[in-house]
Amino acid sequence: MDERYIRNLGALTEAECALLRTKTVFVAGCGGLGGFLIEMLLRLGVGAIRAADGDAFEASNLNRQLLSSPQALGMPKAEAAAARAALVNPDVRFEAIGEFMTEKNAPELIRGCDAVLDALDNIQARRTLARACAEEGIPLIHGAICGWSAQAAVIMPGDDLIDRIYPEGAKLGSKTSLSFTPPFCAAMQAALCTRLLAGRPVESGRLYMADLLDMEWASLF
Amino acid sequence: MIEVRFFATLREGRGKITQVPAAEASTAADLLRRFEIPKEEVAILLINGFHSKPEDPVKDGDVISLFPPVGGG
Repeated sequence: MDERYIRNLGALTEAECALLRTKTVFVAGCGGLGGFLIEMLLRLGVGAIRAADGDAFEASNLNRQLLSSPQALGMPKAEAAAARAALVNPDVRFEAIGEFMTEKNAPELIRGCDAVLDALDNIQARRTLARACAEEGIPLIHGAICGWSAQAAVIMPGDDLIDRIYPEGAKLGSKTSLSFTPPFCAAMQAALCTRLLAGRPVESGRLYMADLLDMEWASLF
Repeated sequence: MIEVRFFATLREGRGKITQVPAAEASTAADLLRRFEIPKEEVAILLINGFHSKPEDPVKDGDVISLFPPVGGG
């Protein structure tokens, strides 16, 4: 076994680690959640990551987005993700796509992946991603943040959780987020993704919610 | 009494839990109006743990949980 994954052992079996190295994941977004998800999946040791984001870094990203830095302002986020991947774990095949996800390109972007990670920042894009995952038959690992709060869930094809947690007309309030909320949420998603890809049981449609202000934890549905 | 539990940003200015006399609300929407919460700012509404809608009835002893949309990334 490659020494770089030796500390995975115990928490994961050698067979599970080997299985993860055969998996391809799609990360939708390379911002707050996406940057940390990519970092965690690279270090965990999946086989390949495809990541898409059409945005470029701006100063307001610096309080929380791992891939951002003063030097990277104006740089495409997908490009920064590819540079980070090459630095952290060149053994993981990494494909960066500098495009926003749309109804049209979503199915093609995620096709062939074993899991899709939601690192988006708006409800409409999440509905588009969930539809594409259902059509392509790919499990979706949802994650979202606001302020001190984070939520995550595994959504297997056919599960309507996205419609239940974002009812028609639901409106996002403030865009506030603190430095520690995205990595906390990404950690929940990465853990769920690891369980799924390693073939361990996951509960589809169960929403895990964390409130870091009041240090409370809940699971719904 | 009806117990109303607020979560995440809905706690701001309202606290975590409050009690409302059952005679003062016949639906969950009545409770939203009482606490000045627009419907579009509630993503998940549970009545006694069950996924519900604002127009659903509420009664004495019910526990209502209100969660805002969490959608940033």
